Amino acid sequence: MPTALRQIAAIIRKDILLELRTRESTTAMVVFAVMAIVMFNFALRLRVDTFRPLTPGVLWVTLVFAGTLGLSRSMSSEQINQCMDGLLLAPCDRSVIFAGKAIANVIFTLAVALLVTPIMAILFDETLMQPGVWLVVLLGVIGYAGAGTLIATMAASTRAREVFLPILLFPLALPLLVAAVIATSGFLDRLPLGEFAAWIGVELAFIVIFWTAGTLLFEYLAEG
Amino acid sequence: MTALLYAANIGKRYGLRPVLHGVSLDVSRGEFVAILGANGAGKTTLLRILATLTRPNSGALTIGGIDALAHPDRARACIGLVSHQSLIYPDLTARENLEFYGRMYGAANWRLEMRDSSAQSAISNLPIRNLSSRIEEALRRVNLWQRRDDPARTFSRGMIQRLAIARAILHDPPLLLLDEPFTGLDQASAANLSALLRDAALGDRAVVMTTHELSRSLDGVTRALVLQGGRIVREVHDGITAQSLTALMSHA
Repeated sequence: MPTALRQIAAIIRKDILLELRTRESTTAMVVFAVMAIVMFNFALRLRVDTFRPLTPGVLWVTLVFAGTLGLSRSMSSEQINQCMDGLLLAPCDRSVIFAGKAIANVIFTLAVALLVTPIMAILFDETLMQPGVWLVVLLGVIGYAGAGTLIATMAASTRAREVFLPILLFPLALPLLVAAVIATSGFLDRLPLGEFAAWIGVELAFIVIFWTAGTLLFEYLAEG
Repeated sequence: MTALLYAANIGKRYGLRPVLHGVSLDVSRGEFVAILGANGAGKTTLLRILATLTRPNSGALTIGGIDALAHPDRARACIGLVSHQSLIYPDLTARENLEFYGRMYGAANWRLEMRDSSAQSAISNLPIRNLSSRIEEALRRVNLWQRRDDPARTFSRGMIQRLAIARAILHDPPLLLLDEPFTGLDQASAANLSALLRDAALGDRAVVMTTHELSRSLDGVTRALVLQGGRIVREVHDGITAQSLTALMSHA
């Protein structure tokens, strides 16, 4: 295995081990996501007859908010005992560290999505459980984790990191959110793929832009 | 003898505020250099630059013959850092912490461009073929083998610093950087740490330590530099004692 891949694997393994030990990120994300879905379910039931038009929006708002909790925790764990310095001292390109942290964030957010989406299917719309929706979720989570890792790194060195992260991240993630909601709607409404394929393209473009930016900028952001 | 660490005219500003003014320093193998100075003198900034954690605004830095500003990723393979912050994950065990750092360093297998052949041989050994035995050796050396499977958060401050030393020397770096390693330690833990550092510095390793606690940290020091206002204002080779350096610093 190439050197960089082994180092990325080491970071992912460490983050998973830390999460298995503390369960801080996933517990907070899952509890928040389930609570949000249940609250949406009760709140919206009062006003609409059918959930289908609202399902994609509820799904993505829930995933984005829950994902932000995990991103914040992911970087704050590196601030304890200045462990980020330990990572930065490793004989590797900084992009390796970004990739390791971002992939770990993808894994955690995806795990939450795997748990939350079936619950949403039960409460909102059973047609959520289809391969097309899972593809949109996968791409959306990869894009959001890439942008989120980058912004969380920037926010980590500030005192008000918990506030800065959503304030900086949500506006940046808006194109991804719009694309994911429209693409999810397309699959739920069984539209021809050609009618909404461009939005899946937007998700892919978001991934390329923010993962490239992350590999190029992580060095400067991590060093403060 | 070729210097293992060579820093020339290092300058650093934070915004408009200059912190270091043209600091030059060379350290050879077997040397134990102490950088002394009051709080705010620029010691930590200088050490972070030497560790490639912070980029200077001007100057040159060579570690083991590698241009550390152009190729910091390669130079980092030569560096071990012990700071007053441990860089240890509290929720991982001692062994898991070292396994993680070992994997990050063990993967290093750089094409070397070093002119210093002795440093080259040290770094060529870096790919850690048997990480488990390296970890056992490091933990036994700092007397933590019995606690290897305990989470680091259950350790005392002194034990954490010993684990930090094990982490720093795991990849057998030719250059050991120590940033105020005695901060927060009681007398017994400081004496224990001092003995460990002296042991780690033995052989042909180069050690650079910043400190302002002269009374507990000068064992084994071969050269002392006094940093004041971002400049090296004194250099002492002989008669390095806490009393003489305290007097020197008060007159600097």
